[in-house]
Amino acid sequence: MFLARIVGNVVSTVKDPPLVGKKILVVQPIDKHGRDQGGKILALDSVGAGAGETVYCCRGREASFPWYPDEVPTETAVVGIVDVINPAVDG
Amino acid sequence: MLLAKVVGTVVATRKDARLEGKKLLIVSPLTPEEVESGQKAKSKANYLVAVDTVDAGYRETVIIVQGSSARMASTCKDIPVDTAIVGIVDTVTLK
Repeated sequence: MFLARIVGNVVSTVKDPPLVGKKILVVQPIDKHGRDQGGKILALDSVGAGAGETVYCCRGREASFPWYPDEVPTETAVVGIVDVINPAVDG
Repeated sequence: MLLAKVVGTVVATRKDARLEGKKLLIVSPLTPEEVESGQKAKSKANYLVAVDTVDAGYRETVIIVQGSSARMASTCKDIPVDTAIVGIVDTVTLK
């Protein structure tokens, strides 16, 4: 899982039926200090997150598990909204 | 999931039997900024072959799914696929 910040959203009318009614967000992966890390990717929302929020995302096949037993074709899902990050002082 | 643009098609006669009838498209990944502003992709070298599940066409901006999640697309169950097109993009908004 990794931390990310929500920076936008994608509107798509024609999509695979399991994706209908689900929100597709543009997320920017960040490090523990909130700095951008790598390129932006798309993630499917499972928790009702919105623009500007810090979230954590799950990658891989497990990303579709929030909708289990439905099989949703996504490899990145927003699975939690972050309240606070406490980075180690030496890091 | 990634944004990509459809840049071509692939025709294959000899292929795994489970891929028969599946449309194969060549897609080029794009960044959200490139899609939002309508500019062209900076890197031309990066191409993928994806199975189409939504009847996408040439030059359309699409959503692609990679890895084992691609097999979860509705017409890709238990077939040898690692990239699938699962949506056609209307708009991308960055805040």
